[in-house]
Amino acid sequence: MKLWWSLGLRIIVFGLLLAFLLQPYWFAPLLKPLTQNNAPAIYNQGSLLSLTLSHLQIVLIATVAATVLGVTLAILVTRKFGAEFLALSRSLVNIGQTFPPVAVLALAVPAVGFGEKPTLIALFLYGLLPIFENTLTGLTTLQPSVIEAARGAGMTGWQRLLKVELPLAFPVILGGIRLSMVISLATATIGSTVAAKTLGEVIIAGLLSNNLAFVLQGGLIVAVLAVLIYDSLSALERLMARRMGA
Amino acid sequence: MIEIDTLCKSYDGVEVVRDVTLTIQPRTITVIVGTSGSGKTTLLRMINRLVEPTSGTIKLDGEDNRSLPGYELRRRIGYAIQGHGLFPHRTVGQNIATVPSLLGWSKARITARVNELLTLFQLDPAAFAPRFPHELSGGQQQRVGVARALAAEPNVLLMDEPFGALDPIIRAKAQDDLKAIQKHFGTTILLVTHDMEEAIRLADMIAVMDKGCVVQFAPPSEILTKPATDFVATLIGTSDRPFRLMSLAKVGDAVEPGSANGLAIAASMNQRDALAELLWSGRQALPVTAADGRVLGRITLEGLTARAGHSSGHPA
Repeated sequence: MKLWWSLGLRIIVFGLLLAFLLQPYWFAPLLKPLTQNNAPAIYNQGSLLSLTLSHLQIVLIATVAATVLGVTLAILVTRKFGAEFLALSRSLVNIGQTFPPVAVLALAVPAVGFGEKPTLIALFLYGLLPIFENTLTGLTTLQPSVIEAARGAGMTGWQRLLKVELPLAFPVILGGIRLSMVISLATATIGSTVAAKTLGEVIIAGLLSNNLAFVLQGGLIVAVLAVLIYDSLSALERLMARRMGA
Repeated sequence: MIEIDTLCKSYDGVEVVRDVTLTIQPRTITVIVGTSGSGKTTLLRMINRLVEPTSGTIKLDGEDNRSLPGYELRRRIGYAIQGHGLFPHRTVGQNIATVPSLLGWSKARITARVNELLTLFQLDPAAFAPRFPHELSGGQQQRVGVARALAAEPNVLLMDEPFGALDPIIRAKAQDDLKAIQKHFGTTILLVTHDMEEAIRLADMIAVMDKGCVVQFAPPSEILTKPATDFVATLIGTSDRPFRLMSLAKVGDAVEPGSANGLAIAASMNQRDALAELLWSGRQALPVTAADGRVLGRITLEGLTARAGHSSGHPA
């Protein structure tokens, strides 16, 4: 019963989001009270759907890139030959996290120009830390007896990594990816300050013309996307963990 | 046959295994007993090269164990550890299939072998093969761990405290099962434990280790009657000694002519259990029957106690 409730709620939220993106003018009466001087209630300088898709695309590319590098780095520093690079990798990844994305944008624009590239760089750097740290935790907290058994069975280093270590660490790694992705979803909005096509455009347009309806719809779409993605990745994580009896 | 020759291992100048020379006969169970830190686990792990020796050699059936890459060697040697170490993300069937699939066996051959082993370990293949390890009891997990170690039909099985995590009743059963399975496959088993009781119960030969050295390598009865050092004597425990010695001998060897009343006991039982039965029921003698139910004679309290001392001509 409870399961139906929560599933139903998610389907309704997703349906509303889809409806808003495909037929935004249906919702105009709801947002109208937030506007002044007969300003438009629905963003009219571009399609909300295409902005959302481009927003998602930027986040996805940045997250995939951060996953590839974060996971690879964590694998390398947990091998015997890479152990001495652990401290170095950690500080590099930490710098990526402490450096504000806005500052990265400011520095990246002169180097790579306006558009999506500086945003991708900022999101990529910002998203590395959770993925790297979670992969590290996942790979270093495996049950010693399981690793001993894998060695004792005659698995090579590669086989141990691919057949035992990564599958067992997968739920924890997925947790890192989820965190990184949700942070990127929110952070991507500032990419519009350097002409990346993201939902930030809607928010910025609202701020410039003092139109609260624009700010609200831009913010809400990002928020609902974040909640839905967080939710589905959490569910996947739980499913994987349950299969392993955790 | 496993020939260990002047094997040494030191970590940062500290010798944990010193000059060990042992020859282990094929198709026997050898148990290495010692306190923690005696180097027994290190010795075991040098055989499948999870640990590389500092000096000395190990030959398996005449072949130096360094003639193959470590991982290939380990696929040929069974390895079972305390806490079973089953892969939690793989089913019981996949766990048992680990080494055969590394060796590239055909699917049909792997399935057949998994089913054979599960049946042998009294686990119904249809019910257990698709389950995950966490859905099994501790005793079942332990059996799957041993089945996995035996999957690729190894000649040698190494076991590191395999029964350490089991409760006493399940442990006794697991030990009996291990003996039966060893007979069935003719595997050479090398088992490490800190429990002398377990060693006496299982072993054809016992190697007692102390501070990295093998201080005595002998059959259980000799370890009991002629402990080589004070350390061995302490490990046996003087108060239990006569009973442990009796536990090695069968009732059939102590049968005297004559008859007795009451419930009979089997000739295949060990003498310690027979003595316990006599004392508990307060009788002087019990009838003894063979496996087919034929009465062989009787055992007496007097006869058993006369055999209990180590000077009473017991085969040592």
